[in-house]
Amino acid sequence: MTTAREPAPYMNPYLAGLGLGLVLLTAFVVMGRGLGASGAFSTIVAVGVDAVTPAHAAGNEFYRGYLENGFGSPFKSFLMFEVIGVLIGGFISGSLAGRVKKTVEKGPRISTKGRMAFAVAGGALMGFGAKLAGGCTSGQGLSGGAVLGLGSWTFMIMVFVGGYAGAYFMRRQWR
Amino acid sequence: MSAPFYKYALFGDEMSLILAVVIGIGFGFFLERAGFGSAKKLVAQFYFTDMAVFKVMFSAIVTALLGMFYLSWAGLLDLSMVFVAPTYWLPQLVGGLVLGFGFIIGGYCPGTSLVAVSTGRLDALAFCGGVLGGIFAYGEVYPSIAGFVTSTSMGRVTLDGWLGVRLSLVVFAVVLVAVLGFWGATTVERKLARRDEADAGALT
Repeated sequence: MTTAREPAPYMNPYLAGLGLGLVLLTAFVVMGRGLGASGAFSTIVAVGVDAVTPAHAAGNEFYRGYLENGFGSPFKSFLMFEVIGVLIGGFISGSLAGRVKKTVEKGPRISTKGRMAFAVAGGALMGFGAKLAGGCTSGQGLSGGAVLGLGSWTFMIMVFVGGYAGAYFMRRQWR
Repeated sequence: MSAPFYKYALFGDEMSLILAVVIGIGFGFFLERAGFGSAKKLVAQFYFTDMAVFKVMFSAIVTALLGMFYLSWAGLLDLSMVFVAPTYWLPQLVGGLVLGFGFIIGGYCPGTSLVAVSTGRLDALAFCGGVLGGIFAYGEVYPSIAGFVTSTSMGRVTLDGWLGVRLSLVVFAVVLVAVLGFWGATTVERKLARRDEADAGALT
């Protein structure tokens, strides 16, 4: 059975959601906080800016927030360590299912170069938007949604609005 | 037993970092299991062909919400010590919209892009580079937009407090909306699958 090259089918979405929800619940019960991802990216940016121009980073409230937000070192934060876990967990699941493969995800009607350019542009919008909102789909959406935060639900509804609004214009990339 | 354990100082900072890795492994594992290491699977949500994003996200929210609600009801979890992101409704509304555009253009969100990187997706690696660039751009313009970002501040507001109703009522409403959403999502998926089949039949 495991000799086949065909990747295993994905888990039932409700079952995967239940598993994800139990992980999220564990984070709240054990740590008193939810999950996140964009915060770790922010730490990397802040540390990078601080390494190149320390005075510039120190004079910027946004960078300073991440540089001073750790147990002695900016990298020693909950989100940095959680994100290392995400990489490990994703790799474990992907390996078990035969889904680890060097590839580019795209529709049949777009070149690899075009897809890569959209990935960078979309990532940049995502990074900017997540900071504007104070979190991404993990921190604001999933975690903020579960604790019924008003701003988090506002955010989550708008993520779906933005995605559906842009879908028509992006159809050549995906369909 | 008092939870959240960390807030009640049942363990220290070093231990919290180890637990962060363990929690992260669970997070990454289930994201990948759900198929969220694939941009095509994720964006299918916005073409109504595969609503797994909605289904997974809302079953996770309902699971965690019900878990916290019952633990709090049993006196085991102090909800007032659980972190709720403060509300700044206007920047969060605009940020959500920008992020939604980024999602359909880039194909991932920050968490799912990491899972995709760990399973070899090169476009996800490019996406991560974009995220770093976007955050850098935000950091550079932050001094001039700080006024907007901190505007419409409402503090720690939850839906029940905002609506002035009992928590149990909102929990019930969220579960109801989720279940109706699951039914609606599956109905739409089936309809589109039938239409695609009909299109394929017409071509041959």
